[in-house]
Amino acid sequence: MRKRDQAYRSIPMVASLLHAGFPSPADDYRETALDLNSLVIQHPEATFYVRVTGDSMHDAGIRAGDILVVDRAITPADKTIIVALINGEFTVKRLSLQNDQLALLPANPRYRPLLITEEMEFQVWGVVTYCIHQLR
Amino acid sequence: MKPKVIALVDCNNFYVSCERVFNAQLHNRPVIVLSNNDGCVVARSNESKKLGIKMGQPLFQCQDIIEQHHVQVFSSNYSLYADMSSRVMKVLASFSPTIESYSIDEAFLDLTDLAIDDLTEFGKTIKARVMQLTGIPVSVGIAPTKCLAKVATEVVKTDSLFGGVLDLTQLAEDKLDQMLAKVAIEDVWGIGRKYSLFLGNYGITTAKHLKDADQKWIRRYLTVVGERIVLELRGISCIPLETERPPKKGIMCSKTFGKDITTLDELTEAVATYTARAAEKLRQQDSLAASLTVFIRTNTFNPNLPQYSNSFTCTIPYPTAFTPELIRAALTGLKAMYKDGYRYKKAGVYLSQITPLDAVQPDLFGDFSLAQHVQQARLMALIDAVNRVYGRDTLVLAVQGTTRAWAMQRLRLSQQFTSRWEEILTV
Repeated sequence: MRKRDQAYRSIPMVASLLHAGFPSPADDYRETALDLNSLVIQHPEATFYVRVTGDSMHDAGIRAGDILVVDRAITPADKTIIVALINGEFTVKRLSLQNDQLALLPANPRYRPLLITEEMEFQVWGVVTYCIHQLR
Repeated sequence: MKPKVIALVDCNNFYVSCERVFNAQLHNRPVIVLSNNDGCVVARSNESKKLGIKMGQPLFQCQDIIEQHHVQVFSSNYSLYADMSSRVMKVLASFSPTIESYSIDEAFLDLTDLAIDDLTEFGKTIKARVMQLTGIPVSVGIAPTKCLAKVATEVVKTDSLFGGVLDLTQLAEDKLDQMLAKVAIEDVWGIGRKYSLFLGNYGITTAKHLKDADQKWIRRYLTVVGERIVLELRGISCIPLETERPPKKGIMCSKTFGKDITTLDELTEAVATYTARAAEKLRQQDSLAASLTVFIRTNTFNPNLPQYSNSFTCTIPYPTAFTPELIRAALTGLKAMYKDGYRYKKAGVYLSQITPLDAVQPDLFGDFSLAQHVQQARLMALIDAVNRVYGRDTLVLAVQGTTRAWAMQRLRLSQQFTSRWEEILTV
């Protein structure tokens, strides 16, 4: 895809040669503009976006409607915020690995922690790396 | 020359696996994915295979099983599958510098020069990594040739004993022969149904038979392609990896309509839309086309209706990738062959005489100037960019229509989880 973009962009360049204008003095200093992707995405092939519903992670700064950047390449550690699969449902919670006990912790006093037991179907889907929150 | 080490990584039930990444309710349940217009089964989960649902089976034929066993049914979500495929390929590319993306769900990796001690362990690492990063389960077959690697993945997929990875490079000859004796001839890579019937007449019904066949005889009846397959089964690598796909010589866009079309207006919309799509593919590979063929046909599966089919080829005076120019050619052809009173079921557009963009000499003094060429390319690049960023068909030509009553039926389509913000997963 990138190759194509370059190929098509290169066509107008040929045309500008025909105009034979003065070169811009800034040409030699041109750098690629900042790209938000390069900041928030570490592993493009493993990065997915999910939208938040509910307020169980409110105190961690994750509000309903926010978009989370989820990186599956990162191995979760204690206190990592993850997207998990629990009994066939997706949820976003803080992972707790204290005292050899897996638990999912909400960030809202109105919700209770969930202890993961043997009989539950539990899977880490990915690690949340950024939260995109719209201010207006 | 040291023997090659080739791995084939094959995604398990790929379309179903893609759906499962984003829908946890589908795990351990029978799932199927349907072809265009929800016609027949193109992917099955293992649970669906066990229920006896066949590949390519028409949907109406398995309606009973579906209801009885609550089989989850999906339309083909091609944009999702294409995105997941490119993710899998990127992960695989990190394991070897020499990789051939053979199909949407398979890739060959050349591991010869990587000096890996334990190939089975390496295969397991690939499998685990693809699973972690993308959520897609894969099978890995490792062998000295592509053909044998293909055999290895087939064996792995049918026998859970191997845990998804099988290395044939260390296998003793007699053990390998035992394995090949169990592989049916039609399942050998490169042997189509036609050849397997032919070979069956001569008692060649398994991969082992083919391996032991007389090379000269094979060359005479199956040409050089068949001879290569025989050599590959004997462990002699002669089909190299195609790491760079050559640009296509012809570009086709054809589809069966969601419902029969009976008017020229609707047919015009469909043909214009397919032409625009083909032109987009043409620009994606930085090429221009000088010939366009348009074809239409009625429903050949319904012999009670009057049948008509025709095609028309237009030569374009100078090679182009400019959508309006190609649509003009396509519609000229369509109008020339359209006949009233038929129920049309399918139309298609085929671009040929394709040349790379940089090989074209604009006719500086003719009707078609470089400036004009540049202007057209700029306009097309803009339209492609808008459609890439804001979703397909954001910018279209008016002739492509807006109602599209004929468009593909995808009644059970899942969300565009990775390509539309409005449709991403919610948690």
